[in-house]
Amino acid sequence: MSSPRSCLIVDDSRVMRKVAMRIIEQLDFEGIEAADGLEALTYCRSSMPDAILLDWTMPVMDGMEFLKRLRAEPDGKRPVVVFCTAETRPERIAQALDAGAAEYIMKPFDGDIIASKFQEVGLI
Amino acid sequence: MTPDDLSFVADLVRKHAGVVIRADKGFFIETRLGSVARREKAPGVPALLDQLRRFPDPGLAQQVVEATLMQETSFFRDRLVFEHLRKVVIPELLKSRQGRLRVLSAGCATGQEAYSLAMLATELAPPGAIEIVGLDFGNRLLEKARAAVYTHFEVQRGLPIRRLLASFEKIDDNWRVRPQVRQPVQFVEHNLLDDLAPQGQFDLILCRNVLSSMTAQAASHIGDALEAACHADACLVVGAQEALTLPAAFGDGGAPGVWRRNPAFERDAAWI
Repeated sequence: MSSPRSCLIVDDSRVMRKVAMRIIEQLDFEGIEAADGLEALTYCRSSMPDAILLDWTMPVMDGMEFLKRLRAEPDGKRPVVVFCTAETRPERIAQALDAGAAEYIMKPFDGDIIASKFQEVGLI
Repeated sequence: MTPDDLSFVADLVRKHAGVVIRADKGFFIETRLGSVARREKAPGVPALLDQLRRFPDPGLAQQVVEATLMQETSFFRDRLVFEHLRKVVIPELLKSRQGRLRVLSAGCATGQEAYSLAMLATELAPPGAIEIVGLDFGNRLLEKARAAVYTHFEVQRGLPIRRLLASFEKIDDNWRVRPQVRQPVQFVEHNLLDDLAPQGQFDLILCRNVLSSMTAQAASHIGDALEAACHADACLVVGAQEALTLPAAFGDGGAPGVWRRNPAFERDAAWI
């Protein structure tokens, strides 16, 4: 049997990570948590996840900086990155897509929205 | 909700919209009618229905029916169906119709289906080539459809982020369909039980998750009317999961819920 696909949840809010974790587990992903971009990058260097749910504004290293560094890593182009953030200005969303995000979720979200976006990018 | 109240609402809905209300829907309907009661300043749903029994006001009856039947909908609902329309059906129709199409969204509710079609239209044809008509009997639903303003939650179900950016503009916390996407779409208040002929002929008709909730008589009446509104080899799309008996003129259209009118079925049997 193949192992479940993995999704790294990057958010500085513990509550937000728990909410996202419950949802992605229901979508049959194995969830891993990281509290900022640097923690996420460290994890990715040891084990590249299939999907990344990425907050924008975080201490230490924000989501945009993480995404740029991730894409420069060996195998760093492989994970499907979905932003998940309170930022809703169209020009900022466009910036995230230009940086290589596949989809974009505006907070607040629910399980239907994550499922819909994961479907959009072929994760489910 | 008392059994009397429920059967009163069920009668109203059947007469007005041809739709069958199941007996286990009492709680659901009472919740739905709560908002109508508040709007009408009635002290509760039983009082609202009592008022309607004693003073049958068509406007209020309409509100009750509309609230009872209001359905969740979303942009690009049933993604595979829209993919099939985008890749196969609409390009083929554009070719055979010299680039001009009329599309009907029958039972368009708050307009998501009509605007999804309009987004495809902007991708597949020059401006003005595809005309889209949305029909619904609910005037409150149509008000929202015409305003074309959707919430944060509504635009995140079924709508890819790139399409959101391309086809909507942000207004405060909501998103409004851009004028160039709205332009080919027209919404008309129309009860599908009434004569459809004045709406003209169509090349593509979507009537999804409408007929299967109806009485057999209403469904067959509307099925015939839709068939009559189809150009010779037009396409009819019903819900992907709907099991329906459609007029014999319709054959397989290549995807679940997609039917193609067989042009060999002539309408005027001139030889009789």
